[in-house]
Amino acid sequence: MSAQGTAAPPRPEPPRPAAAARPRRRGPSSTQLVYLALGIILVVGAVLLAMRGGNLFSTGNLVDMLTRSSLLGFVAIGQTLVILCRSLDLSVGYVVALSSLVAATTMAGDPARIPLGIAAALAVAALVGLANGLVVTKLRVNAFIATLGTGLIIRGYLDTRYQGPAGEVPAAFQVFGYSRIGFVPVSTAVMLGVAVAGILLLRRTRLGYHMFAVGGDPEVARLSGIRTDRTMIIAHVLCSVAAGLAGLLLASRFGTGSALVYDSGYDLESIAAVVLGGTYLMGGSGGIAGTVAGVLILAVLDTVFNVLAIDPFFRDVLRGVIIIAAVALYARSQFAKRASRVRFPKAGPGDRAAGRAPTRAEQEQEVRQ
Amino acid sequence: MTVDQAPAGPPPGAPTPPAERPAAPPALRFLGGASGPVFVLLILIFAGIFTLNPSFAEPPSMMFFLRQAAPLIVLAIGQYLVIVSGEFDLSVGALVGAQVVIAAALIDGEEARTLPVLGVMLVFGLMVGLVNGLITTLLKVPSIITTLGTMLVLSGAIQLWTGGAPTGALSESFRVAGRFGIEDVPVLGQLPWALLILVAVALAALVLMRSSYGRTLVSVGDNETAAAFAGARVWLVRTGAFVLSALLATLAGVLIGGYAGVTAQVGDGLEFAAITAVVLGGVVLGGGRGTVVAAMAGALAVEGLFTLFNQLSLPSTIRPSVQGLIIIAAVAYAARQGSLPWQRTRPRAPRTVQPTRR
Repeated sequence: MSAQGTAAPPRPEPPRPAAAARPRRRGPSSTQLVYLALGIILVVGAVLLAMRGGNLFSTGNLVDMLTRSSLLGFVAIGQTLVILCRSLDLSVGYVVALSSLVAATTMAGDPARIPLGIAAALAVAALVGLANGLVVTKLRVNAFIATLGTGLIIRGYLDTRYQGPAGEVPAAFQVFGYSRIGFVPVSTAVMLGVAVAGILLLRRTRLGYHMFAVGGDPEVARLSGIRTDRTMIIAHVLCSVAAGLAGLLLASRFGTGSALVYDSGYDLESIAAVVLGGTYLMGGSGGIAGTVAGVLILAVLDTVFNVLAIDPFFRDVLRGVIIIAAVALYARSQFAKRASRVRFPKAGPGDRAAGRAPTRAEQEQEVRQ
Repeated sequence: MTVDQAPAGPPPGAPTPPAERPAAPPALRFLGGASGPVFVLLILIFAGIFTLNPSFAEPPSMMFFLRQAAPLIVLAIGQYLVIVSGEFDLSVGALVGAQVVIAAALIDGEEARTLPVLGVMLVFGLMVGLVNGLITTLLKVPSIITTLGTMLVLSGAIQLWTGGAPTGALSESFRVAGRFGIEDVPVLGQLPWALLILVAVALAALVLMRSSYGRTLVSVGDNETAAAFAGARVWLVRTGAFVLSALLATLAGVLIGGYAGVTAQVGDGLEFAAITAVVLGGVVLGGGRGTVVAAMAGALAVEGLFTLFNQLSLPSTIRPSVQGLIIIAAVAYAARQGSLPWQRTRPRAPRTVQPTRR
């Protein structure tokens, strides 16, 4: 139940020659494109490594690739849900750090306290998500600022409370971070399980459909009887819980909780992975399958660069170029759809999501103009 | 810095509204607009600083404060131009860092190279802005991704080039702009060059926002389709905003490099500080609303806030928390304007069927 058909008010095509010239045809979907890109990158990477006498598909490299993808995978899956609702979460990095600390300090090295630690970490993460969702919907703060703000608040708490690593994770829980079945690390298997659950949520449940509708056009969604606020809040909670899972994984790998992981750039990187996976940044279109491919692309790149011993800084450069290029490519294939949609209708996405009436100041501004 | 200088006319809320609402007393009208909170916040912050430390109000320490605040204000002006046109620029922090490192490496302590290197930096800034703008407008990549990409590319390239640690040194004449000023000015003591540059940039920004380009920029941010029908070349206008933002980041790099010296981390987090400042000024992310004066006031408020934290001798680690609370509160307030109890002087006229508004 996409709202796109009704979302665009009847209006002549804006004067964009490229859009007018291009007939509307059904190209490959963005998910197909991203898996195609993943395939190409795998082949190119394998060839490059083979020329150096390496093997990209050796067990060691596969484990490396999958291990890299699991951490970012959790965060990016959650981020997908939020972005689908035309929101954003910049606080995920801090939630990862916070939940890793909560888990490690709650477990305190006692195997009997593992369930308690997991529950505490996820509950704290969910609370942060709830706060994000409430601030975005009820206080009508733009999601960018709202989540940046909650991120900063958590950061202040972490910096003040924890100077270094804290807590201890019992060996039994470190299994989650280190053991593997064949060449698939347990953490990656769990991540893929979460991804499947997410795909089912989006494709099979009412809530999932509501998310697409809210992202497509909050106003139309509201008029169709969807409680847009509630959908948005749930998306934020799920996003934070997914980040909390990443924090648990981190704690089990490090053996302790670490506050400094928030500097690792999970926030922007997860957004990059989501967009790389073909989810439309303005909401309403995309999915988790694409996101997983986006995460895998980044992981394959990292592994290939690592094996080829390419300067880590050059990796950043290339990664930036690839992200821009990929999104430019999607933008082309989405061109016809995008041309008929308002980019920032009326006000910011946060405002819009609340489905509010234009404030007096806005009306005045209109009058003046 | 009065409200009346605002380029797009008086800020929303200040002019006589349509008959629906009787004119509120001036003090309350001041609170009404989206830009209102930032000026109130500014007054509160400075009242707090002055109470805690009366000597701060003396001209020399004010000059010192303004010199320190100048780079962020310059960045906020650039970020305002981009945000009001409906986009983001996340690359300014990395660009500031890159420019400082480039300057240090190319000048390498030799006075004679100062001017040519400044030229190189300007060209580099111009190119970064053009790349940001053209990728966003012509290739239709969302600006948050474009500028995130340039941020990665810039910081990676700089680290790659310098091998992780910046080399070289800035010349004395390069550092003049950020560090020194006109000495022995009556009353003020030292009048920093940074402040003079800031005033010049601020005046230029005011003139720009009143010019046809500035008005087109705001209208593009408000509704790009309408602006395109009205004859605006949307891509050109937006690209211009990105270029100006990059050039102002270059200027901020010169000021910060002169003031703080050379490290590769010098620009870290500046993009979020600048966005915070602009949003604190009541400028709506998504474009089309807010004034450049309010954005500058937002930057001043952010710097004032840090000074206040110093005066309160808060542990520096708690600062982000307070900063986060304040930006959320300020933006939430701006989003609620017109619906707070003291603003509702009369029951609102019933709004007719929002759904059919379009």
